[in-house]
Amino acid sequence: MTQTLQEEATNTPAHGATEGKREWLKYISFSTDHKVIGIQYLVTSFIFYLVGGFLATLVRTELATPQSDFVSPDLYNGLFTVHATVMIFLWIVPAATGAFGNYLIPLLIGARDMAFPKLNAVAFWMIPPGGILLMSSFFFGAPGSGWTSYPPLSLVYNKVGEAIWILSVLILGTSSILGAVNFIVTILKMRAPGMVLNSMPLFCWAMLAASCLILLGTPVLAGALILLGFDLIVGTAFFNPTGGGDPVVYQHMFWFYSHPAVYIMILPVFGLISEILPVHSRKPIFGYKAIAYSSFAISFLGLIVWAHHMFTSGTPPWLRMFFMINTMIIAVPTGIKVFSWLATIWGGKLRLNSAMLFAMGFISMFVIGGISGVMVAAVPFDIHVHDTYFIVAHLHYVLFGGSVFGLYAGIYHWFPKMSGRMMNETLGRVHFILTLVGFNLCFLPMHKLGLEGMNRRIAEYDPKFATLNLVCSIGAYLLAVSTFPFIFNALWSIFKGEKAPSNPWGGLTFEWQTTSPPPHENFAIDPMLLIAPYEYGTEKAKEIIQAGPFLATAAATEA
Amino acid sequence: MNIPGSITTLLIGILLTVTSIWYGQNHGLMPVEASEEAVLIDGLFNTMMTIGTGLFLIVQGTLIYSLFKFRRRPGDDTDGPYIEGNIPLEILWTSIPAVIVLIIAVYSFEVYNSIGGLNPMDHSVAHGHSTQQIANMPGAAIAATLPEETTAPQPENLDNATGDRSPAVEEAVTQDPATAAVRDQSLPQRKDSSAMGSTAPRIGPTPGNVGKPPDYVINATGLQFAWLFTYPDTGIVAGELHVPVGKEILLNISANDVLHAFWVPEYRLKQDAIPGKQTELRFTPSKVGEYPVICAELCGAYHGVMKTKVIAQTQDDFDAWLKEQQVASNPNDLKQTVAVNPANQAPDEFLAPFIQDLGIDRAIVQQLHSQHAHSSAS
Repeated sequence: MTQTLQEEATNTPAHGATEGKREWLKYISFSTDHKVIGIQYLVTSFIFYLVGGFLATLVRTELATPQSDFVSPDLYNGLFTVHATVMIFLWIVPAATGAFGNYLIPLLIGARDMAFPKLNAVAFWMIPPGGILLMSSFFFGAPGSGWTSYPPLSLVYNKVGEAIWILSVLILGTSSILGAVNFIVTILKMRAPGMVLNSMPLFCWAMLAASCLILLGTPVLAGALILLGFDLIVGTAFFNPTGGGDPVVYQHMFWFYSHPAVYIMILPVFGLISEILPVHSRKPIFGYKAIAYSSFAISFLGLIVWAHHMFTSGTPPWLRMFFMINTMIIAVPTGIKVFSWLATIWGGKLRLNSAMLFAMGFISMFVIGGISGVMVAAVPFDIHVHDTYFIVAHLHYVLFGGSVFGLYAGIYHWFPKMSGRMMNETLGRVHFILTLVGFNLCFLPMHKLGLEGMNRRIAEYDPKFATLNLVCSIGAYLLAVSTFPFIFNALWSIFKGEKAPSNPWGGLTFEWQTTSPPPHENFAIDPMLLIAPYEYGTEKAKEIIQAGPFLATAAATEA
Repeated sequence: MNIPGSITTLLIGILLTVTSIWYGQNHGLMPVEASEEAVLIDGLFNTMMTIGTGLFLIVQGTLIYSLFKFRRRPGDDTDGPYIEGNIPLEILWTSIPAVIVLIIAVYSFEVYNSIGGLNPMDHSVAHGHSTQQIANMPGAAIAATLPEETTAPQPENLDNATGDRSPAVEEAVTQDPATAAVRDQSLPQRKDSSAMGSTAPRIGPTPGNVGKPPDYVINATGLQFAWLFTYPDTGIVAGELHVPVGKEILLNISANDVLHAFWVPEYRLKQDAIPGKQTELRFTPSKVGEYPVICAELCGAYHGVMKTKVIAQTQDDFDAWLKEQQVASNPNDLKQTVAVNPANQAPDEFLAPFIQDLGIDRAIVQQLHSQHAHSSAS
């Protein structure tokens, strides 16, 4: 296989040679090319990831000692509020849906671009102003009511910061809605001939499910935030109890979006993992349909579990039981995915490169978050651990151990396609090990802290928790350090990395049958589905992998 | 596929089961169980921990085994076996988790019922509808009748003579003068609508105690950044919660400013305090000792210091404490307290009598001044 890859590298047309000098400009322009937009999303959201990570490091520095001695309590509240908002609305959502969705969907389904390229560019260009707006709140007293912004606290505490927060999240939410419309139309209407829904790559299924959630959930969040804004700015009393408003209604509206948001952040990553594992295991995905449909099962169930965030709040008993059972049932479709991934790996010929290590790390870490997820769904237990570090641990195992590990796997896997260069494997492995160790050091002890009685969102805590908190903080620093090999690797590889062949991993989806990076409009000929996306181990797969970038070269005879 | 021999599988299965059960019972992650409810909740947690450990070991074991066993050997560029799926296997791993989840759900339901979560209709006792029973108990001040049809929330004016208050517009719990003094009476109170069947958020009486009044009623009020506990009909206002062991306690919880949450980790119980709404927690302390009371819902800059203690005492010690406090609180003082609207006071003045109990220093309370004034204004 490697020989054929070398051959085809010479076939690659010298595209971009003339425009090369000015090419970087398109990445800061209002480009309508889905690949440019995808990379814009990825780079922007990664920068915000570093910002959010920096805020997290400050939070952990404060928590390294039991006293409140590093930042003021007001600033501390601002730090964790903005940290969560950045990580959710400016890193995971735009990276998982915006970056990978935009870059991959047209390539995976054999389209030349997204259905609405201009809308796509508009959606992206709402992210930087939204993000900068959020950051600006630090100059006016950062919002300090947590990313949940529960009234009445959010109505009386750091009001200017809170108003900025509302506006910023509204902008980012709108961007997310625009993106979702685009994904749904593109996936449903622009697939290559021969590609029925049941032969789509699994990432498309996941994006379809996630986009439905965005469309159904985000407008409700917008409604909640607009009403909260009215309460905050013009003194209405939708949620303000002093005027007869009900703060619990806000919680319902907020979580009606924000629980599905968890699936908006994890479903696309499930999709990435379903793409990456078969390629590096050299085996077909195990149980295609089960994985595809379970995305929709998760997305449907995800809409009717929101009140499990409110078990100690204003929910009547029967409602608690209803939401508990729904929440637990989600473990079934999620379990189907995890077991199918394990069966995909089982008996394969695993190429343990950085992408594969992160993908396996994803399964390993996500399962811990999944197990604690079923635990916190149980109402009596949740009454104990709600709003404690057990929840902090759980959510980071899902969102960091899950989403972020998966996003790293995606970056390592598609970097050669996006940039035309290979990444350094040694640095990639160093990055993986540092991330895995740092992550577990940081978040595993939090389970115990929460069970023992440490509540979340506090700047100072009982000295009996000091040792474990110090361990967490050391883990957080290690996690911060772990990004350096990655950043260095990515930057170095873009300029000096080994040239990537069109199909470095021997993948079967359309993007590997065009050049690295793909030409403008992706394909020279209209792709037709010649083989289902995961037919590894067949003769036909071998032929297609050996054929090189035939979808991009006019000389190709295969089509 | 490299399926291990049936003996190996069996051995691994036994080892897995034994390890899971052992760890599920001996994880040592929980603090002491100091209430009767805690024992039940820990039983549920241990079960989930057992299942969780098993699942954890299966998944991590498979991953680590694959990492070594199935890694690509140098020079081997061939693909793995062409296996697209296995329907019976997929049915198996769909149905087993479904059954496990069902078991956990039923068990959780049982525990929830046993700790008193499921008695939406046992409403009368808590809010004083069945007056005869409650009138005989120590906290009899809450027994004033509350006609069910009164739903319109009207802020009551405490500056009126106390005897002149219309019972129709009052929440039963705030008829206690000491409670009325610490609660922000300007907040319109939302009540349960019995017609709609929705009830105040609560953990109610355990099934054995349904219909019986609780042994003690205590009102808890959360405010930035302290808890105040009032013992109806005694005039006692305390910064620490004193409870007798072995008796069922009903805690009526509300908040004056923002959301708070009453949490005692050793009791495994938590309930949000919601301004404008009564929430309830009914529990039975089972161990003598002092345990932290923690505010678990973000309530502002000093959320982290909003802590106090629950002091669980023997009945004798508790009675002695009650008596001592009653002597200390002069009924004349009490009348004065009633007339004072806490919203008009700076928090440092208002909290001054309780500062010792609260365990926070005066400097912090003074720092809060501006913020509290801010919140009362809006």
